[in-house]
Amino acid sequence: MDFGPYLLLASLEGAVGAAVLAVTALGLSLVFGVMRIVNVAHGEFFMLGAVIAWWAASLIGVHPALGFLGALVLSPLIVGAVALFAERTVLSRLKYDPEATIVATIGMLYVIQQVVLMTYGPDARPVQPPFDFRIQLPWFGYSAYKLFVIAAAIALMLAVWAGLTRTRVGLMMRATQYDRETARAFAIPVDKVYAGVFAFGAMLAAFGAVLVVPVQQAHYLMGHDPLLLSFIVVIIGGLGSLRGTVLAALIIGMSDGIISVFFSPTLAKIIATLVVAMVLVWRPQGLFGERPA
Amino acid sequence: MSVMRRLGLGPDRATALHVGVLVVLLALHFVLPDYHHISIARIMVLACFAMGYNIAFGYSGLLSLGHAMFFAAGLYGAGLAAQFLDVPATGGLLIGILGALALVITFGAVALRTTGVSFMIVTLMFAQAVFLIIYYFGEFTRGDEGFIVPDAMRAAFGYALNEPTARYLVAFGLFAVCLIISLAIARSGLGRVLVAIRENEDRARMLGYDIYRMKLLALLISGGMAGAAGAVYAMLFGYVGATFASIEYSILPLLWVLVGGAGTVLGPFVGTLAMFYLIDITSGLTTAYLLVVGLALIGLVLFFPKGILGTIRERWASWLP
Repeated sequence: MDFGPYLLLASLEGAVGAAVLAVTALGLSLVFGVMRIVNVAHGEFFMLGAVIAWWAASLIGVHPALGFLGALVLSPLIVGAVALFAERTVLSRLKYDPEATIVATIGMLYVIQQVVLMTYGPDARPVQPPFDFRIQLPWFGYSAYKLFVIAAAIALMLAVWAGLTRTRVGLMMRATQYDRETARAFAIPVDKVYAGVFAFGAMLAAFGAVLVVPVQQAHYLMGHDPLLLSFIVVIIGGLGSLRGTVLAALIIGMSDGIISVFFSPTLAKIIATLVVAMVLVWRPQGLFGERPA
Repeated sequence: MSVMRRLGLGPDRATALHVGVLVVLLALHFVLPDYHHISIARIMVLACFAMGYNIAFGYSGLLSLGHAMFFAAGLYGAGLAAQFLDVPATGGLLIGILGALALVITFGAVALRTTGVSFMIVTLMFAQAVFLIIYYFGEFTRGDEGFIVPDAMRAAFGYALNEPTARYLVAFGLFAVCLIISLAIARSGLGRVLVAIRENEDRARMLGYDIYRMKLLALLISGGMAGAAGAVYAMLFGYVGATFASIEYSILPLLWVLVGGAGTVLGPFVGTLAMFYLIDITSGLTTAYLLVVGLALIGLVLFFPKGILGTIRERWASWLP
């Protein structure tokens, strides 16, 4: 293949990665922005979403499309319920103290991961894509499902943006993010907003996982990379900034896809990790963040 | 006598307790059956890692999520020197400690420019970079698979360190040194300044302390201990692998310190002992033994945020250093 088409293929792969990453990182970003806590278990919510997607799809199993649709509904709901339970029983009792929360969510990471290992097992299992159709470009054929992933991610992000800026619930969330005490004084149920945001953040991770499962198999250790990449995206994009998160996901996802096609993935990861650490040291508010954190 | 006093040792309850613990551990060498003999040796070395972590987290309030890089620096410093340069254990220990200190001076000094959550994430990122670097040089480090340290190099002063007696006594020696250093720091002016920074950084700065320098000093002692533990671990147990540099080994010292009691001298040892045997027992029942680690972490921050010795100090023994 010539360089041009090769680059196009790498960019398409990068765009699929960026789309899933944007959805997943958006969840982490919302939780960080509104609640001011770092959820280390976010990657495990992603993994749980993928495993439940496999379970739902194989349970329904009449037609791949029906199974996928079922997974798309069930998986975020179940993961959201698990997150809600964790928030009510653990995080709210810690009063959202930042450091205690990190330790507790590290604990959740192990609990979720190991429970999945005990029930689902150590195997990687695929989910059939809802439709098996290739779009024939002049140079190569490309899976239509992957293009659907990009479209679905864009639609979801537009919906979240509209929800945040156009609805009453979104207004409450933004008010809580801006100033918790004043929001409470205006009779906004801050505790409920926190619980809802934590569950919603986990649901976004699960949604991203359902989208990715037909491309990448479900495995109990798959939460590690999305967590690290989401962290990087949220930091680069500016902690709690929605626009920054999406932009950073696009940059990181695309460059991750393109760089790992052309260069050694380990070296790319080393450089990316160090760059992110340096960004956090010298610009704690992120590249696109407005207020200092 | 003045040396004893400078080390924080004197005729009091705290000294008696810590010397007593050391005497008991030495006595255990003669009575323990084989399996527990090697387990306690391993626990003593890992407890040194935890004691180092405690200097940063427990006393200075530096919640690092990247201490695995200091342990790994010691482990790989000693292991690679033995493997490729034919350096025996004593030189390996020195190289390991220097390697860890070099990491503190490069990565640690940069990370200390941040505080709170940013510090946690930056240390996590740096440790991740070190982990990946170990993979990148897989030709020498053999990555995940790791390598066995050649037996000929596992020797110090003519004693083979893979013999049970030498292994236990070297582990005990390192443990005693780290414990006495910890006790000395806890009871010295330096220890009080570190606690002051942990409790209220702005006030400590107002009192005229150079916060950055104090934190860096704490991190140097902390990383040095972790590096020494790593180097001795490589020499006593003979295996070097990338798992020891993974995030799991940054979380474990945090867990051990939290279980035993952050900011107590004996806490890291108590926590390491408790978690080691808890995991030892449960891993006989299930392969998902990390579940225990997770539940322990959640249970601790919810119900015992001060750990075992921290709770004892709060309720019954306020003299506990």
